[in-house]
Amino acid sequence: MPVTIEIPTAFRRFTDGAPKIDCGASNIAGALNELTTRFPLIARHVRDDSGQIRQFLNVYLNEEDIRFLGGESCAVKDGDRVLLVPSIAGGI
Amino acid sequence: MSDLYELRCRECGKTWGNSPKSYCEDCFSPLEITYDYETLKKRVSREKLFSRPFNMWRYAELLPLPEDFSPPNATGGTPLVPAANLAARWGVKNLFLKNDAVCFPSLSFKDRVVGTALVAARRFEFATVGCSSTGNLANAVAAQAAQQGFDACVFIPADLEPAKVLNTAVYGARIVRINGNYDQVNRLCAQIADRYQWGLVNVNLRPYYSEGSKTHGYEIAEQLGWRLPDNVVVPVAGGSLITKIAKAFRELVTLGWVEEKPVRFFGAQATGCSPISSAVKRDLARFEPQKPNTIARSLAIGNPADGPFAIKLIRESGGWAEDISDREIVEAIKLVAETEGIFTETAGGVTAGVAQKLILEGRISREETTVVCITGNGLKTTGALTAEFPVTEAIAPRLEAFEAYLDNQLTYAAGFNR
Repeated sequence: MPVTIEIPTAFRRFTDGAPKIDCGASNIAGALNELTTRFPLIARHVRDDSGQIRQFLNVYLNEEDIRFLGGESCAVKDGDRVLLVPSIAGGI
Repeated sequence: MSDLYELRCRECGKTWGNSPKSYCEDCFSPLEITYDYETLKKRVSREKLFSRPFNMWRYAELLPLPEDFSPPNATGGTPLVPAANLAARWGVKNLFLKNDAVCFPSLSFKDRVVGTALVAARRFEFATVGCSSTGNLANAVAAQAAQQGFDACVFIPADLEPAKVLNTAVYGARIVRINGNYDQVNRLCAQIADRYQWGLVNVNLRPYYSEGSKTHGYEIAEQLGWRLPDNVVVPVAGGSLITKIAKAFRELVTLGWVEEKPVRFFGAQATGCSPISSAVKRDLARFEPQKPNTIARSLAIGNPADGPFAIKLIRESGGWAEDISDREIVEAIKLVAETEGIFTETAGGVTAGVAQKLILEGRISREETTVVCITGNGLKTTGALTAEFPVTEAIAPRLEAFEAYLDNQLTYAAGFNR
């Protein structure tokens, strides 16, 4: 079972409407690279000019924000879900 | 634009008209409302406000509301309390508490943001409204949805204070408890908003919602006699309120309603959830998300989406951010109650305690005018204080029993003072 990247609705115009992308990467960086290689138009929305993941885009591995898992280098395995979620504020 | 306001991306500047969306579909940065200030200048003046009731809707033209808008309730219009006793304790000259602990109808500043969000929900024809919430927002959504005929469904962390859950349930709202912290609830709500046609006030209605926060700032300026303060101390969780108070002040300057002057913005957090104060104090380019662990649940947001804007504002204004321990939060709640007769929730304890710390550190001048923003009511977080006030022994309904009680108290006090 591959790793699945789930695409929010607003991103799908860059993925030919696909809500999910399967990939065979071994870590988050690899999964994102696979996504942006297959759909180059999405690349500038995922990473900023310095190559970092955009400040207002949160990336989750299953239920956890990847920043708590060591960032992009954290390993992924078959069956994992990678979520891209625009940063949405709550609270005060 | 036919409206005098529309959505604009805070990063790339692209405009998006008016619709229920909270982030730019080009660059995924947050959207906010921008206004046609030149036209507004001609349509509204300070004088025009005189005949209006003192609540948040008196600033209607400066909010994203339809032309035929009529106020649904009397939210806002809370006291700006001259805090002379607290000022004497801290050795400062001009100290005010902006007291949204008594905001109508649900006793927190969240009533303001829900006010503007539900106007947007009506405009975009949502039948169901909801939110992700640390408690106060759920209370406000449930109360105003009930009054205005919306179905309400709110999402909360499962471990929320019982009073905040009850204060939502009583209005008939559906409550979905999530086994996770607020940031996890928030992520789920982002996914729900992506799939269901619901008006989630702090998700897809967020730009309209957050504009309501500005009225806290407008009121401060008006209550100071149409002047801006030197310093504002604001509780920071997602980082929205502090930036919207700044926006309110800028707008008043743009409209010529107040004189321009530098205002320093200070962010207050609990040490157990302090990504923003930590970033400011350590001079980080980006904040580092945290797993919250504090009694100040309404500030327990470890991944603040407006954090970058809050940090930028604090730095550029010459302000600072601080955080205090849970023990200090409790002490600050008691101090505000004992000196000013105001019972604030844990978030208010954070703000007051941080204000005290900033004054003692010399970051806030004792000669200047400082406003401390109190955003919620202590009756909702009494659990944080239960251990402070153990139940005393009851006495018989007889005068002798009372005299014996007094003797005991005097003996105890004498022993205590010895």
